[in-house]
Amino acid sequence: MDEVLVGTLLASTLRVATPLILCALASTLSERAGVIDLGLEGKMLATAFAAASVAALSGSLLLAIGAAIAVGLALSMLHGFACVSHRGDQVVMGMAITMTAAGLTVVLGIAWFQQGGQTPPLPDAVRLDLWFTDLGLALRNVPWLGTIVGIGLLGHSVLVYGALALVAVIWWLLYRTRLGLRLRATGENPAMVDAAGVSVFGLRYLALAGNGVLCALAGCYLVLAQNPQFIPHMTAGRGYMALAAMIFGKWHPVGALLACLLFGFLDAVAIRLQGAILPAVLGGGAVPVQAIQALPYVLTVVLLAGFIGHAYAPRALGVAYVKER
Amino acid sequence: MSRPVELPRWLDLVVLPLVNLAMAFAVSAVVLVAVGQDPVKVLALLVKGAFGSRAGISYTLYYATTFVFTGLAVAVAFHGGLFNIGGEGQAMMGGLGAGLVALGLAHTLPAWLLLPLMVLVAIVFGMAWAAVPGVLQAWRGSHIVITTIMFNFIASALLIYLLVNVIKEPGNMTPESRAFGPAAQLPGLHEMLGWVGLDWPRTPLNFSVLLAVAAAGGVYLLLWRSQPGYALRTVGHAPDAAHYAGIRPQVQIVRAMALSGGLAALVGINEIAGVHNRLMADFVAGAGFTGIAVSLIGRNHPLGIVLAALLFGALYQGGAELAFEIQGFSRDMVFTLQGLIVLFAGAMSQVAAPWLARAWQALRRRFPAVMEHGHG
Repeated sequence: MDEVLVGTLLASTLRVATPLILCALASTLSERAGVIDLGLEGKMLATAFAAASVAALSGSLLLAIGAAIAVGLALSMLHGFACVSHRGDQVVMGMAITMTAAGLTVVLGIAWFQQGGQTPPLPDAVRLDLWFTDLGLALRNVPWLGTIVGIGLLGHSVLVYGALALVAVIWWLLYRTRLGLRLRATGENPAMVDAAGVSVFGLRYLALAGNGVLCALAGCYLVLAQNPQFIPHMTAGRGYMALAAMIFGKWHPVGALLACLLFGFLDAVAIRLQGAILPAVLGGGAVPVQAIQALPYVLTVVLLAGFIGHAYAPRALGVAYVKER
Repeated sequence: MSRPVELPRWLDLVVLPLVNLAMAFAVSAVVLVAVGQDPVKVLALLVKGAFGSRAGISYTLYYATTFVFTGLAVAVAFHGGLFNIGGEGQAMMGGLGAGLVALGLAHTLPAWLLLPLMVLVAIVFGMAWAAVPGVLQAWRGSHIVITTIMFNFIASALLIYLLVNVIKEPGNMTPESRAFGPAAQLPGLHEMLGWVGLDWPRTPLNFSVLLAVAAAGGVYLLLWRSQPGYALRTVGHAPDAAHYAGIRPQVQIVRAMALSGGLAALVGINEIAGVHNRLMADFVAGAGFTGIAVSLIGRNHPLGIVLAALLFGALYQGGAELAFEIQGFSRDMVFTLQGLIVLFAGAMSQVAAPWLARAWQALRRRFPAVMEHGHG
């Protein structure tokens, strides 16, 4: 019986962590290039709405994903226009995107679907495929390891595996390619990149473009895999949690992945322990579920304060680059 | 803050915010047309809802009270060189402080003693909650924006935990406390006007509105007319110069954050002591974020903030009325406008400035005499 519990915990950890991983990768990209992204929450919400609306109206999965990516790119380019080209405040820009998206998705949702801001439940044709379901079912009969792998790791949405693969891709991009070196240099010392004859603006726009696409994938996951439809404010702080995970992972894709898995696990455990009773050794009483839910944020604060290791932000983070004349 | 072209002061302080505001309204009008509504009609009804009746004006002022507190909170931190996004959490803590005092002492203390105590404890709770990110920034170098965001979530979790497990009335399904009783209720404005024989409709507008006016005046005097305020602003504008002049930036950072948190905490007084008379989970409802927009439009000055808070109060009240009047209109339109205002007046404020400067210079070339007069 225990292996079933381990398997389901593993499965819900992965499911909760997936949008976090995608958003954390998005912010790793932009922050490594020197652009703070507090707009993850808004980008994810807006792209989720775009995907769900187009899916509901057209019934086409490809169009839905395309719409989400288009919206994600558009928001990221606006981000770049304000903060890279016009040196606007990056923190304020993130707030602006998040606040506008929270309002606009509801306004448009009510106007288009008349269901209080929700989209209608999406048809099966636009749901993302589940992978390895047959293998998972077969493995469940194998005791212990088979059950854990079968329930926990197999039969998830294609984007769960996609997100894990993207961690490797982003790591490879940032640490094993010339482009990645330049991107990271842009976040540390943009003047040097400029002196080497490479466009700081170009690199930051490029990082933001990648950021927009990754946020769009997270938005797609929310409506095409995790939930059957768009619901107002459905991101519910996940964008900020992804930001925390990215920081907790010390601005590194693999670190971010581990942090997202930890935060996902805490969330899965918190849901499971709702209403459970503490063992008598710990004083009895209800398990403080809220404490578990707040733990990711507490851990991030403690890490940032330098009490558990050190997290160094890219040196030029949040500073607009002014080309000297 | 380098600006390519120097704008005259009045253009920078008055016209530029208005231009940015106009752009946000213009985009909102486009959205309204896109969802099949008539922007002119919406605006007319909005103004009527916000100012068309005594009750409407009262509600507008009630919302504005909350926004003055959160707007001032953002502005004070800003003058200390800090971006406090934690107004939401600090306001929750303020409400928690006031609520705990009321729950504990409402039946032992008379109102004249209990209410000031609630205000005081609310401020102390908010100050303490904001001071922690301040200390972490000052001495441990953690980024204040990130820490205050995290503290919003932690505050929310803490408040819900306390409400669900400790404070909640047995048998009540919603996470809220029992009613505090009359001793912990701030007088409503209708009552206060009643004492002097004036008749006024019963609305949530309460004594806190006077606190808001006092807070705005106090912040002005503190920041621009006192030595501690000067030290705070110096650290915000030129930390190195401040350090050289013998001002310790660390202390000023914590001071600015504590002051900011204390101001945000007063939202708890307006809502918990002024209206609901009980502690609940979601009384802040995004006011901390609205404070960012208020402070941006008000250019971080108390007078500007009061005006901007009135604007937002009118938008919230007018929006609520519109939701009744027009089929399919949602208050979220107001939230959209709020986001657009942060976009145009905050992140993209530099976009309009050079354009405005060019227009100004063209005008000066064409009408030198008039402009010289206007300049003097």
